[in-house]
Amino acid sequence: MFEQLINGLTQGSIYALLALGFTIIFGVLRMVTFAHGEVFMVGAYSGFVVFTHLQDSLVLAIVAAVVTTFLLGALMEIVAFRRLRDAPHFSSLLVTIGFSVVLTQLALLIFGAEVEAIPMRQIEGLAFSEIRIGEVYVSYLQLSVLGVAILIMAATFLFFKYSRLGTAIRATAQDHEAAMAMGVDVNRIFTVTFAFGSMMGGIAGVLIGFYYNLFYPTMGVMLGLKAFSAAVIGGLASMPGAIVAGLMIGVVEVFSVDFVNSSFRHLIAFVFMFAILLIRPQGLFGSGQLRGARGD
Amino acid sequence: MPQIVKDTLENSPMILFLAALVIAPFVIPNQYIVQIMVFIGIYVILAQSLNLLNGYIGLIAIGHAGFYGIGAYTSAKLTVDAGLPFELAFLCAGLVAGAFGWALGRPTLRLEGIYLALATLGFNLIVWLVLLNWNSFTGGPLGIKGIPRPTILGWEVDTRTEYYFFILAVVVTVVFTMARLVNSRFGRALVAIREDQLAAAAMGVDVTRYKVQAFVISAFYAGIAGACYAHFVRYISPDSFTMLESFILLAILALGGSGNMIGPIVGAAILIAIPELFRAVAEYRMLLYGLVLIIIMQVRPQGLFGGHHYNLHLRLFDRGPRRTYRGDAFLPSEAEQ
Repeated sequence: MFEQLINGLTQGSIYALLALGFTIIFGVLRMVTFAHGEVFMVGAYSGFVVFTHLQDSLVLAIVAAVVTTFLLGALMEIVAFRRLRDAPHFSSLLVTIGFSVVLTQLALLIFGAEVEAIPMRQIEGLAFSEIRIGEVYVSYLQLSVLGVAILIMAATFLFFKYSRLGTAIRATAQDHEAAMAMGVDVNRIFTVTFAFGSMMGGIAGVLIGFYYNLFYPTMGVMLGLKAFSAAVIGGLASMPGAIVAGLMIGVVEVFSVDFVNSSFRHLIAFVFMFAILLIRPQGLFGSGQLRGARGD
Repeated sequence: MPQIVKDTLENSPMILFLAALVIAPFVIPNQYIVQIMVFIGIYVILAQSLNLLNGYIGLIAIGHAGFYGIGAYTSAKLTVDAGLPFELAFLCAGLVAGAFGWALGRPTLRLEGIYLALATLGFNLIVWLVLLNWNSFTGGPLGIKGIPRPTILGWEVDTRTEYYFFILAVVVTVVFTMARLVNSRFGRALVAIREDQLAAAAMGVDVTRYKVQAFVISAFYAGIAGACYAHFVRYISPDSFTMLESFILLAILALGGSGNMIGPIVGAAILIAIPELFRAVAEYRMLLYGLVLIIIMQVRPQGLFGGHHYNLHLRLFDRGPRRTYRGDAFLPSEAEQ
């Protein structure tokens, strides 16, 4: 029972990280990116490549994912958003859909459609060493997933609340014209925000890739969409909402296996999202602002 | 000159194009080309159906493959399991998809822009997951096999060429009805809602009613396209109705241009034909669609034939006042001026 809860929270923390990335991007740029699941996949593969070919260190893998997805996010912002500032919202949406398709196809070309895994001898130290907490055993990998996720979330909150750049991002989210008038380089803020949100997706990718030790080109599709539902359920621009909804979906999914056919468990997030959209479109915590980041 | 002759002359480029399509399978008796043309036809129906939402009324729907799949499965189930005649199953495919359109549209059309887009995408996913997992009813990942060839009022549509003519008839009907629809009072209301929903409401346009109606009509046509697909390939599985399929439709509209009748036809013809004709590209089909979405938005966001200048002004059998929506205003046509 408790182990199940830990499983659910681990899975949920990944959803939460991804959803947080969505939320940050939406909160500032007011656009939804459909390529988030694919950024996640790119993060996972860059971690995989570094881990298997360079050095088997989880930290290095995470660093690799951070760098690649940060740059990828910056590139996407420039192509999908900066160049289309005056175009209808729909255009940006289509470009991100384009990116999601292109990234998946490129991964297919480079890595092939087969599922890849890290060789046992490299990962067994991480996956099979367990520590005991009271009555239950938790693997190091599970602990590092949860630990890194919590660390990133905490760091994000502190970054937005206390750092200069975080303040500038919050100001831009509230009113980018006013922010510009106050001397904020809004273009730079948009790029940094998108890159930052993407980076969180990339970290989530490495974590889940190592957690399940499965890497394949479409690994981000389902996860991206579920995280997306989590972001909507939490209220698209609410950071605490994204985290709560992400964790909730993870836990509910794990426990639902007892009640419904396990292949239907993927439906849960979308049905939830649908219900929320109908009953409370602004989401559980939604208000339109980047809530929580303001420090209220 | 009698009106009917004038109308015919005015539409002569289109009539010539249609004539070319009719004789095409005799001039190019290549079965493979005919098959490509059938697929283009199916995608023209789908693109026109999506165009009504994305192009005319300005609702962002990105999960259209959901309706397409519902249509395909309805027709397949009804003919294979219930043994219904094709004509009836074909119609039911449209009606059932339309009913789903109503069920989805009624509650979600309160949602604005991006939230509606999310809801349609969620709908597509739910449809796909249900088709994939409801093994006892949909056959799960294996899908439905042995879908019969259509028989229409005694005409057995056996060969590819015959199916081509069947699809051509459906496409002509769809384009014709759609062109009449968007040039009617109904279509002008849709455009008014797209341009400014509040102003339209202030002028007495019942915004919600028109949105729901457009949604149902669009879903109906997508369902019809599904039936056309199911009875052509005669085997369907959930994989044909994923989000990627919806994204292909978005790429078609993005490339061809939306908000008029020509754009979706051109877009479908180009994007479906290229991967089939150039074997080298076929492997990178989805890559091509993705790149089209990214690049066209940078260089020509309105698409090849974007805007209102490429409308089909179908005048045949039209007894109403000749007004068309052009640019920023409703202007009387030349004939009236």
